[in-house]
Amino acid sequence: MMSKYVIIGGSVGGIGAVEAIRDVDPKGTLTVISEEKVPHYSRPMISEYVSREATLDTMKYRGDEFWKDNKVQTLTGRTATKIDFKKKQVLLDGGDKIDYEKLLIATGGKPFVPRMEGGDKEGVFTFTELSSAEQIESTLEQSKTAVVIGGGLIGVSASGALVKRGIKVTLVELKDSILNLILDKTASDMAEKVLTEAGVTVITGQTVQRILGKKDNEAAVGGVVMTDGTEIPCDLVIVAIGVIPRTDIVKETDLKLNRGIIVDRSMRTSIPDVYACGDVAEAHDFLIDGNRLLPLWPLAHLGGRVAGYNMAGKKAEYEGGTVMSSLKYFELPIIAVGNVNPEDTSDIEVLVELKPEKTVYKKILLKDNKIVGFIFLGEIDKAGILFRLLKNHVDVSTIKDSLLDEEFGILTLPEQLRKEMFVVN
Amino acid sequence: MPVHALSIGNRLPYAYNLCGVNIMKRVSIKEEACIGCGLCQVYCTIEHSKSKDPIKAYLHESPKPVSRVRVETSKPNSISIRCQQCKDTPCVNACLTGAMTLDKETGLVTHNPEKCIGCWTCIMVCPYGAIKPDSAGKIIAKCDLCPDREVPACVANCPNEALVLEEVEE
Repeated sequence: MMSKYVIIGGSVGGIGAVEAIRDVDPKGTLTVISEEKVPHYSRPMISEYVSREATLDTMKYRGDEFWKDNKVQTLTGRTATKIDFKKKQVLLDGGDKIDYEKLLIATGGKPFVPRMEGGDKEGVFTFTELSSAEQIESTLEQSKTAVVIGGGLIGVSASGALVKRGIKVTLVELKDSILNLILDKTASDMAEKVLTEAGVTVITGQTVQRILGKKDNEAAVGGVVMTDGTEIPCDLVIVAIGVIPRTDIVKETDLKLNRGIIVDRSMRTSIPDVYACGDVAEAHDFLIDGNRLLPLWPLAHLGGRVAGYNMAGKKAEYEGGTVMSSLKYFELPIIAVGNVNPEDTSDIEVLVELKPEKTVYKKILLKDNKIVGFIFLGEIDKAGILFRLLKNHVDVSTIKDSLLDEEFGILTLPEQLRKEMFVVN
Repeated sequence: MPVHALSIGNRLPYAYNLCGVNIMKRVSIKEEACIGCGLCQVYCTIEHSKSKDPIKAYLHESPKPVSRVRVETSKPNSISIRCQQCKDTPCVNACLTGAMTLDKETGLVTHNPEKCIGCWTCIMVCPYGAIKPDSAGKIIAKCDLCPDREVPACVANCPNEALVLEEVEE
């Protein structure tokens, strides 16, 4: 079989690429290979699915007609097992082969699950795929308590979803604060307070040492033993320590690989006509001006689009991303961008506003008069204006004193910058 | 690119094709003509209310309708901000659920409230700060160029003609 474009992975990166390719080339044959039967759902909405705020239908990122409308041949429920870069050929489970002209590797990430005694018991789940969510959902009727391992984005979302279903949740984070990769201690404490008030028990500075079975059924989860020896009984364990790039298919090939697949600003890999995007790729970060893993949904879409355009022959450059998260846990909105916990603070200027009574916290970090990170908690309306200043490395020395004002806005920006923003394009 | 004034009453789709040229619509702002009166916010709020009646909209509706326009003042300057229909659509790229899309028919950045979960990711990336949570805090609200009107309410009611509905050739 021959297909002009082949995309491995049908989630947001692959979807972004399909849309971009079809913008340029309405007819070229296009094949998407996906292990998942329904790949076009929103992964960030898994927590909404588990909490029953969304159904499989409402969590679709694109409609069911998306693939057909875009003349995509979908090979769903299939696994790409090998790529022969010399022959420009993808091998599938069952022995089928597809020749490609342009290939996109958008295989995403997989949850990192450390080896742990009892980790193979029934009731131990991850939280990044619909199939896990469906399994979790099917056990919730008989479950009363859960332990979530990992206090990052996924772990906190999972805890929120389970507590909304009436499950008693204990969230365990090894470091001394939850969400420590994206928030500082103050913001983390405020987020923790909201979680605790909603009924989640948060334990920091510890992790789960091993998972115990039930008294009457050793094969099923009955509890966990913490590093300090404490036992916590539970019916469910969610492992949410992090995701790692799914690079299995390119291991032992010539493709340049670090932790993820290295791509340039066109999302090209080191092998001609082969592109990568999303959680599997190490792409541009505009803040550090280098490549890094940034497993974030919006960046996967953007990277997919850029890859798609370039695959179809229209030049496009990936503007990059950085650590950037927008969260809402139990109605508390938080937007955090960039490095908010710098190790070396000697040349960092920090602007802070804290109104605990209103649950409002704002912090902006500046280096050489440029914004390198910020947290907006409670009041987030104008975060996007700061995001643009950060992304474009704008010198803010003349407006520094106004950045935290309630009145801060477009009018605060230097006139020249403002004019540029409203130029008719 | 030349900009055409809109002829009122001559309703056109928001993006249309004229001899192979795409025409896009958006509200442009004449900063020097804005007097900061805030009427754009008032008319936007009413237009996006259920009743479209000023008294009911402001006093009785729940959830309260919100303005998708923001007036900023810093004497002597003022400016009226709303979605500028960015061509590179950062909010569409960032949307976690598929609620924000670029409508190919109209050329508008379009928000589907049914699909929105209020994750605020679009708010994080909007360079104008033109997206905000609605009053109930469940989903976002942004300028939709008043689909039920010939001319958006803010433009039609700006007393000093600081707001102009542009048609931009691409």
